[in-house]
Amino acid sequence: MNDLPQQLANGLLLGALYGLIAIGYTMVYGIVQLINFAHGEIFMIGGFGALTVFLWLPSGTSLLLALPLMILMAMACSVLVAVGAERFAYRPLRNAPRLAPLITAIGLSIALQQAIWAFYPDATKSRPFPEFEGGRLDFGAFAISRGDLFLLIAAPLCMITLGVFVSKTRTGRAMQATSQDPDTAKLMGINTDRIIVTAFAIGAAFAAIAAVAHGLKYGEVNFKMGFIAGLKAFTAAVLGGIGNIYGAMIGGLVLGLAEAMATAYIENIPGMSQLGGGAWKDVWAFVLLILVLLLRPQGLLGARVSDRA
Amino acid sequence: MTALLEVEDLKVAYGKIEAVKGISFSVEAGQIVTLIGTNGAGKTTTLRTLSGLLKPSGGRIIFDGRPLNGIGAHKIVAMGLAHSPEGRRIFPRLTIAENLKLGAFLRKDTAGIEKDIKRAYELFPILGERSKQAAGTLSGGEQQMLAMGRALMSQPKLLMLDEPSMGLSPIMMQKIMATIAELKSQGTTILLVEQNAQAALSLADQGHVMEVGKVVLSGTGQDLLVDESVRKAYLGED
Repeated sequence: MNDLPQQLANGLLLGALYGLIAIGYTMVYGIVQLINFAHGEIFMIGGFGALTVFLWLPSGTSLLLALPLMILMAMACSVLVAVGAERFAYRPLRNAPRLAPLITAIGLSIALQQAIWAFYPDATKSRPFPEFEGGRLDFGAFAISRGDLFLLIAAPLCMITLGVFVSKTRTGRAMQATSQDPDTAKLMGINTDRIIVTAFAIGAAFAAIAAVAHGLKYGEVNFKMGFIAGLKAFTAAVLGGIGNIYGAMIGGLVLGLAEAMATAYIENIPGMSQLGGGAWKDVWAFVLLILVLLLRPQGLLGARVSDRA
Repeated sequence: MTALLEVEDLKVAYGKIEAVKGISFSVEAGQIVTLIGTNGAGKTTTLRTLSGLLKPSGGRIIFDGRPLNGIGAHKIVAMGLAHSPEGRRIFPRLTIAENLKLGAFLRKDTAGIEKDIKRAYELFPILGERSKQAAGTLSGGEQQMLAMGRALMSQPKLLMLDEPSMGLSPIMMQKIMATIAELKSQGTTILLVEQNAQAALSLADQGHVMEVGKVVLSGTGQDLLVDESVRKAYLGED
């Protein structure tokens, strides 16, 4: 087990990535009780947005200089798609039975994937994403890639910003009110339509940052990458308690750690030697989801204060 | 002088079922007007339509000289119509202070908001003592105080209270009714919906009795209190 620090670092980095994407699921669910299954594709489109702007720049531009532009473009693409989806796909179904928007979300997810596949140049296969030059950064007990450094800085920064925004600003309080009781929020003078759009936009912006981090980490983007990343992030959101933004981040970290630990060590358990390694990592993530749904369906941070009548 | 609120032949339907079948009444500035009647008479539906949560299927609502038909709920608050809804509907996971601040969501005068929060704490001292506590931990009566305080935070021209005494102990109910009387003496105009007809009519300048979506009887609070049919139907006398 002398590679434990390395496995912990891997797990936490992976978890931070899941957590960033999970914010989008949990914020939208918290306000309109919709599982936005197209969120994985909103994440994926951010990755392609970042790649596009990098390809526009003259070759030889330093990645560090390009990065701010890539992040902005990723956010612009993701937010545009998310806000458009809300306005034209979900809002007309606001008062429809719950299944209708859910099916719409799944349909939209497939449509967005196929649109990138069909219309983005050479997107039928993985497109290489720029990577930082130089080897891994060695911290002694563990090492991380230079791309992971971005995630290490961006994820906590995003979470702190969101925490302050939600608890301290006027819009943040309006958001909490809308998630707790939308009708009564309207009686306070809150334009709940605008709050819903804001929730979609923030979730998309976080997914875009996650997409840039994902590209830097794995060195490629592809039209399918939103599917499995989206499912994992959804798992993280449920694990933490869907609707709870802190839960999403904690759920992400727990999931990432569990995945890294299972991948590295489960083969050491007698009788489970065939179940180790990367091929099984998705299995462990979803085993964890099933266990949470069975044992603690409200998630780790779900339902903290009881509501008296 | 024209009335602050003028409701003319208001109709509201849920799908094909008409819950309010053409009612008319008005509220003058400074008055307490009450709508009484049994469950399902359409009282709550009427208030939810006035505040814009439901769309009327017919009739006119004129508030402060302007028509309200088809205006979104969040804009109606800005015009000076506040609604303390049935079942109190406080935000359970926000603190008491945060709930009150949300009542002043559209106001920009920070100093004035602080002053009005102090005023709410004077009106309901228990809220001041527990200002940092999550509102969901309050008792039913305390939640009712918070709902009323929150509605007042928008500095409304007209305050609508839906069933403020529902589910409360007799002592708490008396306290709430006394507060309503106090608000009136301070000049607040109130539209009060109540199942407790005795308490509501004692306070009211005008009362309207609703039955299955219609106003069947109107008069001053005192007239209705002594009206024989009202006494039989709503005050539990033979």
